[in-house]
Amino acid sequence: MSMQEIRNYTINFGPQHPAAHGVLRLVLELDGEVVMRADPHVGLLHRGTEKLAESKPYNQSIGYMDRLDYVSMMCNEHAYVRAIEQLLGIAAPERAQVIRTLFDEITRILNHLMWLGSNALDLGAMTLFLYAFREREELMDCYEAVSGARMHAAYYRPGGVYRDLPAQMPKYRESPWTKGNDLKRVNGWREGSMLDFLDAFTDDFPKRVDEYETLLTDNRIWKQRTVGIGVVSPEQALAWGMSGPMLRGSGIEWDLRRKQPYAAYDKFDFQIPIGKNGDCYDRYLVRVEEMRQSNRIMKQCVAWLRSNPGPVMVQNYKVAPPKREEMKQDMEALIHHFKLFTEGYSVPSGEVYAAVEAPKGEFGAYIIADGANKPFRLKLRAPGFAHLSAMDEIARGHMLPDVVALIGTFDVVFGEIDR
Amino acid sequence: MNEAATSFADRLRERFAAQILSIIDSADGPTVEVMTEHWLEVARALRDEPEFRFEQAVDLCGVDYLGFGDAEWDTSDVSGEGFSRGVEGFGPGRFNWSERPESAHKNNRYAVVVNLLSLAHNRRLRIRCFAADEHLPLVPSLIGVWRGLNWFEREAFDLLGILFEGHPDLRRILTDYGFVGHPFRKDFPLIGNVEVRYDAERQRVVYEPVSIEPRVGVPRVVRDDARYEQARTETAKSAAGK
Repeated sequence: MSMQEIRNYTINFGPQHPAAHGVLRLVLELDGEVVMRADPHVGLLHRGTEKLAESKPYNQSIGYMDRLDYVSMMCNEHAYVRAIEQLLGIAAPERAQVIRTLFDEITRILNHLMWLGSNALDLGAMTLFLYAFREREELMDCYEAVSGARMHAAYYRPGGVYRDLPAQMPKYRESPWTKGNDLKRVNGWREGSMLDFLDAFTDDFPKRVDEYETLLTDNRIWKQRTVGIGVVSPEQALAWGMSGPMLRGSGIEWDLRRKQPYAAYDKFDFQIPIGKNGDCYDRYLVRVEEMRQSNRIMKQCVAWLRSNPGPVMVQNYKVAPPKREEMKQDMEALIHHFKLFTEGYSVPSGEVYAAVEAPKGEFGAYIIADGANKPFRLKLRAPGFAHLSAMDEIARGHMLPDVVALIGTFDVVFGEIDR
Repeated sequence: MNEAATSFADRLRERFAAQILSIIDSADGPTVEVMTEHWLEVARALRDEPEFRFEQAVDLCGVDYLGFGDAEWDTSDVSGEGFSRGVEGFGPGRFNWSERPESAHKNNRYAVVVNLLSLAHNRRLRIRCFAADEHLPLVPSLIGVWRGLNWFEREAFDLLGILFEGHPDLRRILTDYGFVGHPFRKDFPLIGNVEVRYDAERQRVVYEPVSIEPRVGVPRVVRDDARYEQARTETAKSAAGK
């Protein structure tokens, strides 16, 4: 009897696949159920953000930043705005820096909740997805309260933030779906200012994280799907340019918030969790702990913001618009306003790379300025792009279902990978 | 911190005297311009030598320097007809595929910029090299030094047409299958070349020339005046007055 000849075969994973997290076309070469080669095809969401930015004044591109990594919106803005500030040689006022810190951490929790929920869903746990979205809702309300938009905020501006935190947290109004006791419950935290709301949230949130952990951390199925899967050695993590939880999961203690502090991170007390084995499970633990730490930072920011009122935007009218009332009285202010919103500001020629610790890793904006009111070249460094490029090396030898766990653990979002 | 940065630049200058063109002092640290023929050698030294130890290449970015510093609106002087309207010129977004400018000859038009990070020394460094030939921009690939640059080099090839010598898999990465041209070149129209729609009659997706007109809302203005200095002094004054 002759041996039957077995050949490798190739399958397309995505681009229309719920576990592909957007538009990833993953060409997998399989031997039975074992992955021999993975070739991710990206670019299905390529919009040419960097080229678009070259044709617009600096401020008009802030909105594009939200649409890069669309689950950690304000962190992207932060990198871009910081790059411009460094080129202009200006610094945002202290209160604006703390507000940015606060919202970076809100964003981190938003991102990790999204990651946790969808990753658990991919690996077969349904409940967590619903839990995670419950808390995301509260935080997106904060986005809405400061900027008017739940996601694409364009709240950070060169020189500060668009405006100060609202004195009254917006409330739900009565509707056929929310009324009576329901209405009272959802408005329970919303009687006071936004800081009161966040105080209540940060007091409550650790309990919520405990809930998530009850569902997953010791769950046998969860551990079977993640422990020992997608092991990234520290050497690999460095060579592939990994950052964020991917790097820390492999045991390298590296966090830009601590190592190259920006905004107001040097004011606050927090810890950097690191993993040991570099597998999916360790990265899960790192991300969950990061949520707890973010919550701690938020609490400290809220306390600081309560006791330190002040300006949230530089008083430099070449960069930031003058106050509305001033424009009614003062010719100069009117001219400044007109010039700023028609022509924008010219940035001195030079180049700068500014990075922030986004929830997914190091998100950087590299700007080459030639003295014009538009960037000459803008390059956005997306953490997910570097992570996904390691897919082939990490996925080899894994089973097909593990690829789903890998895509999840890389925390890919195609808005930033394809740009 | 600034002092440390300067001395670091000096050390770089000393170590790589024969391999680099210049060191530029940027707002965020030094930028080293490396001779193309020494690109690989310098990169390897930066990664391996204990004094530098740049374990990570964070980012690789291709740049097209065509039209660097050009403005579309002359703001420094009044002509016989008054101020210019700022509607002329071939800045980004002002032309379509058929009117795209002849690529004006420019020395060192394409460059590759790599941002490095040393975790050991907590330091960043930017290195740049120019591709000598504009019609065949060729730069040695750094994959052998940092294998994570694989996709970044593919991206620079895709978007700017820079060729990386020694790259094993230089395919397009971000643009569509079968895409023509390199969209991030400065002589590639912002509105693109073709548009795509589903044709119900033929029951497939069809490609057609773009139907939109190029349009730019705000002209490109280079202002090199003392406005920012002035603003800074004003701010300082008002702060002192309070």
